[in-house]
Order: sequence, then C-alpha cells, then structure tokens
Amino acid sequence: MSEKIQVSGGTALSEEDIRSGNIFVTEDSLDCAYAWDMGVAIKRYLAELKEGRIIATECRKCKRIMLPPRLFCELCFIPCNSWRYVKDTGTINTFSICHVHWDASRIKEGEDPHLPAVIEIDGASDGMGIMHILGEVEPEKIKIGMKVKAVWKPKAKRTGSITDIKYFKPL
Amino acid sequence: MRKVAIVGAGLTKFVRRALETPKELSFEATKTALDSCGLSLDDIDCVAHGSAPDAFDGIHQKGEYLADGCGGWNKPTMRVYVGGATGVHAVVHGWHHVASGMFDICLVVCEEKMSNAMPHAQGFFLTIFDAITERALHPNLLWIFALEMNRYMERYGYTKEDMALAAVNNKRNGLLHPSSQFKDEITVEDVLNSETMAYPVSRLDVSPVSDGAAAVVLAAEPVARRLTDKPVWIEGVGWTLDTAYWATRDLYYPRYLDKAARMAYEMAGIREPDKQINIAEPYDPFDYKALHHMEGLQLSPRGKTVELLRDGHFARDGNLPMCPSGGLLGVGNPIAAAGVMKICELFWQLRGEAGERQVPGDPRLGVAQAWGDLMQVSSVVVTGI
Amino acid sequence: MSKRVAIVGIGCSGFRTTSTDLSYREMIFEAATKCYEDAGGIHPQSIDSFVASSEDFMEGISIADEYVPDQLGAVLKPVQSIAGDSLQGLASALMQIKTGQQSIVATSAFSKVSNLSHYEKVAAYATDPAYIRPLKEHPYFIAGLEMNRYLHESFSTREQCARVVMKNRYNALSNPRAVYGAKVTLEDVTCAEPVSEPLGQFDISGHLDGAIVILLASEEKALEMTANPVWIKGVGWATDTPNLDSRREGLGGALYAKLAADKAYEMANIKSPVNEIDFAEIDDTFSYKELQHLEALQMCGFGEAGKLLEMGCFEPGGDLPVNVSGGSLGAGYLHEANGLQKVMETALQLRGEAGKNQLAGVETGLAFAWRGIPTATGTAVVLSNRL
Repeated sequence: MSEKIQVSGGTALSEEDIRSGNIFVTEDSLDCAYAWDMGVAIKRYLAELKEGRIIATECRKCKRIMLPPRLFCELCFIPCNSWRYVKDTGTINTFSICHVHWDASRIKEGEDPHLPAVIEIDGASDGMGIMHILGEVEPEKIKIGMKVKAVWKPKAKRTGSITDIKYFKPL
Repeated sequence: MRKVAIVGAGLTKFVRRALETPKELSFEATKTALDSCGLSLDDIDCVAHGSAPDAFDGIHQKGEYLADGCGGWNKPTMRVYVGGATGVHAVVHGWHHVASGMFDICLVVCEEKMSNAMPHAQGFFLTIFDAITERALHPNLLWIFALEMNRYMERYGYTKEDMALAAVNNKRNGLLHPSSQFKDEITVEDVLNSETMAYPVSRLDVSPVSDGAAAVVLAAEPVARRLTDKPVWIEGVGWTLDTAYWATRDLYYPRYLDKAARMAYEMAGIREPDKQINIAEPYDPFDYKALHHMEGLQLSPRGKTVELLRDGHFARDGNLPMCPSGGLLGVGNPIAAAGVMKICELFWQLRGEAGERQVPGDPRLGVAQAWGDLMQVSSVVVTGI
Repeated sequence: MSKRVAIVGIGCSGFRTTSTDLSYREMIFEAATKCYEDAGGIHPQSIDSFVASSEDFMEGISIADEYVPDQLGAVLKPVQSIAGDSLQGLASALMQIKTGQQSIVATSAFSKVSNLSHYEKVAAYATDPAYIRPLKEHPYFIAGLEMNRYLHESFSTREQCARVVMKNRYNALSNPRAVYGAKVTLEDVTCAEPVSEPLGQFDISGHLDGAIVILLASEEKALEMTANPVWIKGVGWATDTPNLDSRREGLGGALYAKLAADKAYEMANIKSPVNEIDFAEIDDTFSYKELQHLEALQMCGFGEAGKLLEMGCFEPGGDLPVNVSGGSLGAGYLHEANGLQKVMETALQLRGEAGKNQLAGVETGLAFAWRGIPTATGTAVVLSNRL
C-alpha cells in the first residue's frame, strides 16, 4: 500500500528560472484605500492620548477596567459607559528585540532594532496590556517585569494616535 | 452522531516558489486525493475548502477563484477561514458537511501560494493588526511570536536551546517526507547561530514561506466502508477563538487550545489524552509553538515539555511521537495546506502507509491541531482507526 | 437528517449609507444585543458556536476573522468565518446543529462598505489576475455582458428590468429598514446614465452599512426559547465558476441559482416551487438579476419572469410577491450581509412582524442570495412558520 502516490505537483522554481525570463508573470499592485470609522470608544481613547492621558472603560458588572476602552464588555455583554483614567506607567509583560522591518527587510547597519513589548498599564485591571514599543533602554537590559513609563510627543506634535506616546522607557 | 471517515489524501510538494498557479496546485492535490481512493469528481457531493489571507495572492473572493481547481465547479462549495488554523479547521468544516447528514462525500482542499506576494509575504501581515490602535506602530508578524515565545520561556525558565530542540526534532522528521522543501539536517547550534530576527526568534526557529496544496476526501460511514477497508475515523473535533484584544491575556499558555482540545476529546470519549493518543501533530510554525501546543493539547504537563522532549518521549520511536511528518518546520508552511498536511499524516500513519516515516507500534489514535489569527484560535481533529 | 433547525432570534443595527459614529464592532454589538434579546434575552455564554461571514478586502483587514468574537460575546467559544455570502454562513451554522454537536449557533455578517474608497477596485480584484484584470475594465462590465445575454436569450426587455427597479424601490418606501425607497418612473431608469450598456446607473443597487445577527437552534431548544420559531426547511448552495468563459450554461442563465434551489427544494420536500412557496426575497443586485433568478429558482418558466412582472404577479398583492422588503435595490446592498438581510425579511414576514409590508397568511418563503460579480455562487433557503 505504501507505494501509493501521495504527492504530485508543486514544481519548484529557482531564482535562475525567474531571472532568465522563462517564467511568465503578470504583475499588479493593489490599490485599496480605507478610512475606518473609529467608533465611540476608540475615538475618545485617541482624543485623550492627544491630551497626554490614557483612558479606559470600566464594566459596571465585572468591574474590569479595560484597555483599549470599549463601548461594551465582551464577557458580561453589556454596554460600558464609565470612563476611567489610568496611569501612563506599567510593567513589561513580554518584549522582543526585532531586527526585521514589517516587510521582512533587515534593519541596516547602525540602525537600532525595534523593541516591541506588551505593557500592562497601571490602573487597568490585572493583565490589561497594550502593545507598544520601548525606548531609551539598552536592548540587553530589558527584562520582563520591568517598570516603564510613557514618553509623550510634545503636545503640538500629537495627532490623536497611539504614536502620540513615542515609546515607554524604564522608570 | 453520524460517523465520518477520511478515505483519501493527496499533497503537492511544498516549495519556496511553485511554477503552478493556485488553481493548478489545488488541482494536483485534489486529483491525487481522489485517485488515492478511486473516486472521480462525479462522486463528490460537495467541496469544503480553505485558504488563509487573500492578500497573498492579491485576489478578492479567493475561494471563488479557487473553486474549479478544487473540484467545486457546479457543486456546493464553501470556503472557511480561521487564519493559520484554517487547514485543520477545513477538515472540521468538511466534517460538518458530512456529519450533518446533508452530504455523503466531501472533498476538503486547502491551498496557499505565498510567493505571489512581493517582495515578501510577511509584508501582508501588517494588515492583520488592529487598523487604528496597532498598525500605526508598524508591527510585523514576528513581533507577536517573539512576544509570545519570550513570555513562554520566561514563565518556565526555558532557554533558546530548549526551544531549538523542537526545531531539530521536526526538521529531522521532515527529511523523510516526500513533500518537504528541505534536504539538510540541522543541529541545535545551527538554530542558535542563525540570524536573530526578533529576539528570541532566530531564523531557524521559524518555518519557511511556501507554496503548496493538500486535500483529503471525507465520507459517511457506509460509503467509507465501501470505499476502503481502512477508513480513518474522525473521532473528535473542536475549535475555539479567543478575544481579539490579544495583549490583554497572558500569552504563556494557549487557553483557546485547552478549550478546543477538551471539546474534541469529549466528543471522542478521550479521558487521558497523554496516555491514549499515539501520534501528535501540533501546529509548529515556530519551534516553541510545537511545545506550547503540546501543553495546550493536554499531551504534556505545563512546564515539563522540554524535559520530555530531551528524554526522547516525543521522538518518532518515543511514547508519543510529535510531528512525525516533520511539521511546518520540516516540510514547509503553505499556511492552510500545512494544516491539511498534518491530517494527511495521521491518515497515512494510522493506515500504516507512512513508509520511512512510519511510527512503530501500530498507532490507533492521533491528533492534529492548527493555530492562528492574533495568537487566539485553535482547531483540533482527533482521528482513529 | 432528522434534526430540525429554526431561527429563534433576529437582530440588526440601523442600516445607513454611512455610519461614521460607530465602529464595526459597536455596530455588530448593537445587532447582537437585539438578536439575543429577541431570542428571549439569552446571554451569549449559552450559545454553543458562532459563524461569521466576511471577506478580507472588503474590511481592509487580513484574516478579518480575528476580530469576530468580542462584539458577539463569543470570546473563547467555537467561532469560524466563512469567506462567502452570509447565507453560506447560515448553512454552515445549520450543518453544525445537524451534526448534533451544537444546539444553538449564532450567525452574523456586516457591511462597512462606506469605509472603502473604491468598491469597484476591490470587485476587480476578484477577477482572474492573468486574463481579466489586465483589461482594466470597470468590473460592472460583467453585469452588462450578463444582462445583454440574458435579454437576448429570454426575450425579456430592458423596460421589464426597469420595472423591477420601480417595484422594489416603491416597496422600500414602507419598510423602515430600507434606505433607497423612492417612486421612480420607467424613464428614470431607462434614461439614467449608462454604466455598461444595457446596464444603467438605476439598475444597480446602492451600498449600505449595517450588521445582522441571526440565532439558530435545534428543534428541542427552539421550542423552549420562542413561541414563534421560523423553521429552516431546506438550504442549498452552489458555485459555477467566476471564469467568464467556463460557465456551463454561458452568461445568460444563472445555473448556480438552479443548482442551489434544487438542493434546497429537495431537502424541504418541495415538488412544485410555484405552488408551495408563498413569497420570495431574492437577489436583485442588478435589476435583471431578479428576473434571471426567478426563472433559475423555478418560480416561473425561462423567459416568463418579465411578462409576469408586467402583469403584477410579483407585486405585494400578486400571486408571488417578490422582494416586498424592497430587495437590494430598495433596501440597499449589504455585501456579504445580503443573504442574512433576505433571511431576516423573510423570517419577519413569517412571524407576522413585517409591519406595513406584512403579507397575509404566508407560511413558506424563499430567500436567495448571490455573491455578486464576478462570482457565480448562490445560496437558497426555504423558511416556514409551520413545523
């Protein structure tokens, strides 16, 4: 039975095949533009970031203080209308030292690696983190559990975006 | 509950860049699967197919585009997707078709052609992040895996060397797989010395970008018995999706998989998975994920997985072989097709048709799993003979 | 196939051409809340499984199924997405219940097409990348080709297509969920700006934002949960091919609709659709599609739909009311949520909750959705208020 054909097709091309022009391709570059409606909760979140504050919502039933804020508690499945400011400090839950750009190209000689992290924000419920990046820190000194604080862009340069926080730095 | 079996399976080779179009890859796998059980397209009642993000091919409504390549022309054809978990989930989706009593024979086909995306498929993963609160940070796919891997290692004090052991195990197994895109064995040192992409992830911790397709044929009990004397039964299925607010849960443990696995085991009547299951095909796009998933599948105690791996427990001739196919690390990772490849492996292993890769000891029960999205979804299929 | 399945809850957000105030999550939360309340006020924790229907390019999100669970209350629950029309999603939910593994399954879909700058570009990305897309035609050229061929084969007329628009947009005037209600004249339609002749601007349904959530349950659960279950008697879906040159019966017919209906009627044990179905909510993405689909769904003979329309047969007071809700031309086009919109309107009629549009004494209705150009995929569902 084991001599039965199990695999067929999947003809590998080499770089040479492509370079030599023996392979025909049709090229197209996608051009889609979107303008996503932020909605009630994220609109307020971004507006508050512009003011240099982080805001969360609290569920009146389970009492979770949730980040990013949301108009409803997904667990209790009820609306949330209680807004709570939380601190701009937190704890590193996990981090990475990334040498690759978003398109998989490598960072150049002398360019600093990206330092993404999940940061549990003080004042939000346990474990409520956001993804952001770290700065003003030697990559090898970053530790899980480290306390960090937001470094904000100058007020005039804030646009109402998650990037109004430049990065989080060790406290 | 109506019994459903896998009666045929087929794969293409997994390659970095294939000559064939997505439709042609689908055709090759589909035809091979049909031939393996002596069926023609006329015998097929419906097609359940799967493919993860459309952006790779730049084709909107990609399921429609693929339909005729999958044998879906003038048939009930429905595409399912749950990100990286699509492959195994397509088999769950196919099971729904047959177990519901609505169809007797269902083709399950998954295809992925990642090389169409230029300059690199990874660029398209930027668009999986929250459009408003995360994309502005220019994240890449490696970030989330690196964040999860780091958290997992920290929690149990695992080292990068520990994680590399899984890559070595799977890649060694994969050398025997006829679809594999690799030729060379690697060592732990090779993994540790490979380029650091996003600490703690190095290049050899990661499965490759691939083109490929895979297909299986499912049949209801009476039909299955007529088609083959060795039907491989789908004993249990489970799937779970966790919150999209991924940064708000602790990444060290895959709780979504815990739930999905328990759902599948309950259906299969399995009480002690670590003792009852003979073969495991956990999803392994990264080496740590194989181990992380063995814990979520309840096949290894939390935090003890590296120890068991070192003791040979998960080797091909161990108590519970892990990824005897070679997995994504050892065969290749055409996303949705890789999940079905794991189901194909269970099919061949349980029938004793895995050739050089055959797991000794007459295995009776296997589990395959896939995972994806923002580290939040798992699909689990338990098969038995 | 002994397990019977019913619709036990229906909820939708307000449909609008734009919805800048709400995120898609908030919009779906509204629809889900209404649906669960409609089903007797259940908490989503007691729902066994969830099915969403979506396409990545419509949302501008890759692997858009990531963002499904929270707003449905489906965190850590079995959730899957169908890359198809939401009627395929409904069919998947139905199959899940019929396996016996699940008892209560929610199915959802939404449209935020207003967030997309050029729907036409996305639709063009669905055509074959090697030999259709390089033509750089506006994708509606396919509808123009289909319409011309259909009129040629069926001897239906341009004016009859225009009358579909008049009927559906007029019906929409008395449906509070419909957005494109209007009294249009024959000239309004036939003299409108051409898009791809014979298809004109008024032959095309207008886009809409909105979310719909529908809850299905097994017979046992349905009878516990609600006093007015709507039974899913039959469902069928079929795909021809999006390749314009490989359709089995060419561009004039809608074979996918015939194949889907054959399966749905067989399952529902319907021998004579004309006599056994009281009304229909069927795809009218483009005006000619309603006529073409009516014929393919065996609601009349091939080439008869136009004449029957002129005779008033498909009016709310006719023998076979079609798109009393206003259809897509009158209510608006919700993309992958279209199918659920049709099921919702059909089910509300069968519950007697269709308000001013309510038909008298209806027992069995047909909902049919098509996935739009360039696809040849459709799903038919037969619903009834009798077990």
